[in-house]
Amino acid sequence: MQAATGSPEETYNYRVVRQFAIMTVVWGVVGMLVGVIIAAQLAWPELLPSVPWLSYGRLRPLHTNAVIFAFGGCALFACSYYVVQRTCHARLLSDGLAAFTFWGWQAVIVLAAITLPLGMTQGKEYAELEWPIDLLIAVVWVSYAVVFFGTIMKRRIPHIYVANWFFGAFILTVAILHIVNSAFSPASFTKSYSAYAGVQDAMIQWWYGHNAVGFFLTAGFLGMMYYFIPKQAGRPVYSYRLSVVHFWALIFTYMWAGPHHLHYTALPDWAQSLGMVFSLILLAPSWGGMINGIMTLSGAWHKLRSDPILKFLVTSLSFYGMSTFEGPMMSIKTVNALSHYTDWTIGHVHSGALGWVGMITIGCMYYLIPRLFGRTEMHSVRAITLHFWVATIGIVLYITAMWIAGVMQGLMWRAVNADGTLTYTFVESVKASWPYYVVRLAGGVLYLGGMLVMCWNVWKTVAGSRPVDAAIPAPAMAHA
Amino acid sequence: MSTGDLQSILTLVAFVTFIGILAWAWSGRRREAFSEAARIPLDDDAPFRAPRGAPAQVDSDSREAR
Repeated sequence: MQAATGSPEETYNYRVVRQFAIMTVVWGVVGMLVGVIIAAQLAWPELLPSVPWLSYGRLRPLHTNAVIFAFGGCALFACSYYVVQRTCHARLLSDGLAAFTFWGWQAVIVLAAITLPLGMTQGKEYAELEWPIDLLIAVVWVSYAVVFFGTIMKRRIPHIYVANWFFGAFILTVAILHIVNSAFSPASFTKSYSAYAGVQDAMIQWWYGHNAVGFFLTAGFLGMMYYFIPKQAGRPVYSYRLSVVHFWALIFTYMWAGPHHLHYTALPDWAQSLGMVFSLILLAPSWGGMINGIMTLSGAWHKLRSDPILKFLVTSLSFYGMSTFEGPMMSIKTVNALSHYTDWTIGHVHSGALGWVGMITIGCMYYLIPRLFGRTEMHSVRAITLHFWVATIGIVLYITAMWIAGVMQGLMWRAVNADGTLTYTFVESVKASWPYYVVRLAGGVLYLGGMLVMCWNVWKTVAGSRPVDAAIPAPAMAHA
Repeated sequence: MSTGDLQSILTLVAFVTFIGILAWAWSGRRREAFSEAARIPLDDDAPFRAPRGAPAQVDSDSREAR
């Protein structure tokens, strides 16, 4: 694992990439399994023994943290470390610090899996973890930034490829978001209170929450798109200048969209409208990026027929386009009046999470894992195709069920009789939602089933293969 | 000057900066450098060639590159 003194060729650090890639698949299964369990609980609330740590309220943050930070996080670490090395022709700045980010991040995940079911929480959505874990996250994240930007600084290629800009923005922004939003005053080792109060607390939370979506779940994964789609399609990105504008447009607008999570609350009206306007503007960079990714295939569309990895990557962009159209639409205050607090939001989140983040991650892992183990492709390409179709059907079931349930709930809650009383009680809307909860569960089971197929395929690919660390191409001589 | 004025100025500066980036990205001078940059992931197994000065080895129009 040592880089090079005296050895004939210098290699990339693939070890840490391998570790994160394998854990992406493992945590994906765990996080989605918890998702399936809580989806079943919503359909059958008495399903599990009635102990506090199996209750929905404690398992739900476990699900969100596991899929976002464990599954998505490991994928981001793996891909950013792989891409930054290969597009800079440089080994990671420090093997030791990179290994620390791996073990530190796994420790965060394990601590989350213990403390959340125990009910230890700061109560902030997607930022539930208590303060000692928050501190560990901050240390790991700063180390990540040092490794990533340090590698960029020692690059042999003068231009910083656009994927690295997206990764860099994601790392920097998440550090700021995490540190500001998690400011606390501790009451004990396992309990703390936010440094903010009232509507300021709400605004900072959703500034964090929306930008966690914008930078953790979007910018980072766009970095993956800008490397792996050209790689898998064997063609350069459709328009490099569009990718530059895509980057800066996203950076300039995303920060402002958070207030759309707080429509019709105590947040000042002007701030709500500002959030709505910036959410609408966001449609432009989002679709610019999507078009740039999809059009990279122009002239190579036939590859989509035979290559299931490209199917994953391009379908993920279609879901990205769908959910980034739906998002701005839902941020319009009058639409939000119908959609907010209903399952429509859950459907929207999952078309982004299962469709965009999940599928691009899966596609990238299918590209990455064989190459990290000295093979040209996965053990079974047909199993990738199977995974693709099972996952796609799962997503479609999930999001259509939630659309119908959500719009129905919104309409039932706002319906009033001639005398001004509510037409429906809340529990009537719950009863009406039941069939859709079962369909959603079926969609989730299919998506999880696809992940299990992936697990088997990864196992067969890795078993019997030897880990390989690719050589860094030697710089060409000046006269060459 | 109030905080509001400062915020307005900052917004304006950000907007002008963005327009500047647009103009820069779409200027003809960047065309060749961008089409070279777009090939970085595709050529990442090859030794990197002289950064500038030397005639570019890449296809001039990245879109049509085979």
